[in-house]
Amino acid sequence: MTAMTAPMGKFGQSVKRVEDSRLITGNGRYVDDLVLPGQTYAAFVRSAYAHARIGAIDISAAEAMPGVVKILTGQDLVDGGLFALPSGWNLNSVDGTPARVGVHHALAVDTVRFVGEPVALVIAETRGQARDAADSVFVEYEELPAVVDMAAALGPDAPQLHPDIPSNRAFTWDIGNAAEADAAFARATRRVSLELRNNRLVPNAMEPRAINAEWRAYDGSMTIYLTHQNPIGMRLFFMMLLGLESENHLRVVSPDVGGGFGSKAPCYAEELVVAFAARAVGRPVKWTAERTESFLTDAHGRDHVTTAELAMDDEGRFLGLKVHTLANLGGYISTSNALVVSYMYATMLCGQYAIPAVHAVVEGVYTNTCPVDAYRGAGRPEAAYVIERLAHLAAREIGVDQAEIRRRNFVKAFPHQTPLVYCYDSGDYEGCLDAALRLADYAGFEQRRAEAKARGKLRGIGLSAYVEACGIGPSKLLASLGGGGGMWESCEIRVQPGGSVEVLTGAHNHGQGHQTVYAQIISERFGIPMDRITVVQGDTDRIQAGTGTYGSRASVGLSAAVKSCEKIIEKGRHIVGYMLGIDPGEVDFAEGIYTSAATNQTVAFTEMAGAAHAASSFPTDKLEPGLVATTFFDPPNFTYPAGVHVCEVEIDPETGVTEVVAFNAADDFGNVANPLIVEGQVHGGLTQGIAQALWENAVYDPDTAQLMTASYMDYGMPRADSLPEFGLAFWPSPTPVNPLGMKGCGEAGAIGSPPAVINAVCDALGIAHVDMPAAPEKIWRLCQERQEAL
Amino acid sequence: MEFTGSYLLPCSPETAWTALNDTEVLKSCLKGCEALERTAETEFTGKVAAKIGPVSARFSGTMRQTELDPPRSCRMQFEGQGGVAGFAKGGALVTLAARDGGTELTYVADTQIGGKLAQMGARLVEGTAKSMADDFFGKFAAAVAAMEPDASLAAEPSQDMSPPAGPSSGVSSWLMPAVIAIIVAAAAVVFLR
Repeated sequence: MTAMTAPMGKFGQSVKRVEDSRLITGNGRYVDDLVLPGQTYAAFVRSAYAHARIGAIDISAAEAMPGVVKILTGQDLVDGGLFALPSGWNLNSVDGTPARVGVHHALAVDTVRFVGEPVALVIAETRGQARDAADSVFVEYEELPAVVDMAAALGPDAPQLHPDIPSNRAFTWDIGNAAEADAAFARATRRVSLELRNNRLVPNAMEPRAINAEWRAYDGSMTIYLTHQNPIGMRLFFMMLLGLESENHLRVVSPDVGGGFGSKAPCYAEELVVAFAARAVGRPVKWTAERTESFLTDAHGRDHVTTAELAMDDEGRFLGLKVHTLANLGGYISTSNALVVSYMYATMLCGQYAIPAVHAVVEGVYTNTCPVDAYRGAGRPEAAYVIERLAHLAAREIGVDQAEIRRRNFVKAFPHQTPLVYCYDSGDYEGCLDAALRLADYAGFEQRRAEAKARGKLRGIGLSAYVEACGIGPSKLLASLGGGGGMWESCEIRVQPGGSVEVLTGAHNHGQGHQTVYAQIISERFGIPMDRITVVQGDTDRIQAGTGTYGSRASVGLSAAVKSCEKIIEKGRHIVGYMLGIDPGEVDFAEGIYTSAATNQTVAFTEMAGAAHAASSFPTDKLEPGLVATTFFDPPNFTYPAGVHVCEVEIDPETGVTEVVAFNAADDFGNVANPLIVEGQVHGGLTQGIAQALWENAVYDPDTAQLMTASYMDYGMPRADSLPEFGLAFWPSPTPVNPLGMKGCGEAGAIGSPPAVINAVCDALGIAHVDMPAAPEKIWRLCQERQEAL
Repeated sequence: MEFTGSYLLPCSPETAWTALNDTEVLKSCLKGCEALERTAETEFTGKVAAKIGPVSARFSGTMRQTELDPPRSCRMQFEGQGGVAGFAKGGALVTLAARDGGTELTYVADTQIGGKLAQMGARLVEGTAKSMADDFFGKFAAAVAAMEPDASLAAEPSQDMSPPAGPSSGVSSWLMPAVIAIIVAAAAVVFLR
């Protein structure tokens, strides 16, 4: 029998994802698949009102129903010592006062503040029994007026959501320099301004949120199986909020995670309640969200209302930028949202442009809606949308081409310190623009427009030159901005006696292909086949430390892995030195083989691994046995991926339907480890970004604050047949901030594409602005107005 | 959400008025109605049990009549609670007018819905309300025909008189906007499970 040669990994190669055959053949293992001995099931009683005082809660009928184990209300949780949900970021207002954080009980105690807010939990022997009993819990509500619109919420007549938080304003935060911005505007001869809305989105992970929690009374410890992007971070949150003795008393396991897009990063009320319940009943409790629950309570994305103004000289050089944003927080401040709307958003408002004077103000506003938090891009899409819409208007105002206005204002030298805290690491914005224009055949567009016109279609082209911040770090900077620090990632590499390798990382895969990319990179370093490498994630009993996966942090985790590889290889050099009786300095290592140039002797990596564990060929007082290396990597800066997206749309003026007929993107993700996976990430990001621009929109009834788009009948999800073939090119400027030169690609597609689409729509219709989503009804009306004007 | 509709009843306006205020008649025509009581001169409460497929739920509602002008018109305020299924509340104006061969009943109801009822979307609410209401009115027309002393009017009921314009279910009564909303709440649970 001839053994198949397993593939060797190589950085930069399109290795197929090793996890896919398992996942697409039904062998993924998700939280809901797990049934524990003595399993019980939970169902939530949720508020049908957006804003109401809670009166009596009658659980007597439900308690008597078959299979019911226990029913918990908000008061039970308070009595049981469960802490309220915290804001995970300390943001200060302009006047120096801390953000006003409304008390967020995991189960509402006296007031509900958004539709779907959990009020009680029923635990029963089966899922069906839990649901039936939940239907029989009667809650008295005294309905209060509700508010959805942020301007209205700030007004004098608005209902107040939280006691002691007047005007529903959580904070008024600013960044930049107001005086310098004013001076720039005074100097400027040309200006453009814009009021825009960044539409609220529902995240729609394929796997809904789920938890299975098990309490062990004998030692006061708990295991939580949780679908989450950051299991290690959740260990800390749950340990503190439940009041467990220490981190060591809580194990958090996240098995396969079916998508997150940011929505599986917060610490949620429901999961906390289920963990509390498991302790209360002394049996495992499982909850899996129904799709409607996902719509109502998975942290939503975006929802900004922004006014922005750009000052220029006569040649269209950007002199100053002023931005004022109302950020809808929802009924409470979700875990990371104070960060998302401030340092993940306003810091990026300059985009790719060298704008010397900037001032941005963000007001965080409570409304009777689902809490908002990170969603694919988390603040950077909102920033790119503002500056790229302004750039489009600037080109119109000055009367120059869309590409030319950008070219005139690009940052050209790196590192570039922006006036908004961050310092861009590397880039070649003009080269990237040219690459995108070539890819899109920009020069041939007017011919395509004329050809479309002959067919009765309005064709438009839109550009977007985005830059974003990935690989979040360093810890010290983030702590100084209001976070808890801890923005490193760890990687432990264990080489077993037989030469197989176990990789333990605190990053957690939820669709990024970590099993493939970690194995690919380590395979190349060690010169061993990829199938000899196992990537272990998502179990806090196995992985000591880490910070999870969000904001394209693969570069941080992989950097830690590479450094651990170097430590292993270096130790191997010493072991081989003893084995061959030569100085370790004379031992070379390449493609899995240690060689001595002097003697021509060789030792394979796997032989060295065996020797490390046997510990018989070297003095153990001088060299420790075993072969394990751990690295904590704290990046010295963010990475700043950037790119240019070119979108072409055709609008049918008879129906108002906008079709994206071409979409091309040239992106700088730094060095690309696996182009196949990166292209997949870009395809997904572009799809979500195009969907935000054209279809997706979470709509609350303005009077009752009922979520009107709470199912796939009413919420416009993107479909493959609504999208063009994407044209992609990489234009890498490797980052100096990590050893691999990688920047990150997970969010880029969703950041660059919405302004590219809307710029194209505006170009097609010859209008200044249309708010997202550019749905057919809205566009049809604009076409009618256009027709009348002609 | 606005519901409008009209229906031709095979009876005089006086008979229709009487029937629409007769809780026993309404109860017998309304599938799953467990209780329908007059709690005061112009106030009613009701309970409807709906079991559709594996889901059963119980809905309770209240209705208060205002601006009574028998047998011509009446305004009302109503509110229905369906537990997890959500709630419906609103106001309605119902008018009765003598027509050849009977009485035309017309209603305009403005309804606010909440919870699952709102989340499922208007199109399902309307469709379900219509089928529930058709069922009710088939029985109600037969009931008023039996009550009608003038035999010339107690003929087969004709179908919808007004073609639906915009959102329209088909039918109503004093209690119907409230009752329909409550029933739809029950249906909503099934669609959303």
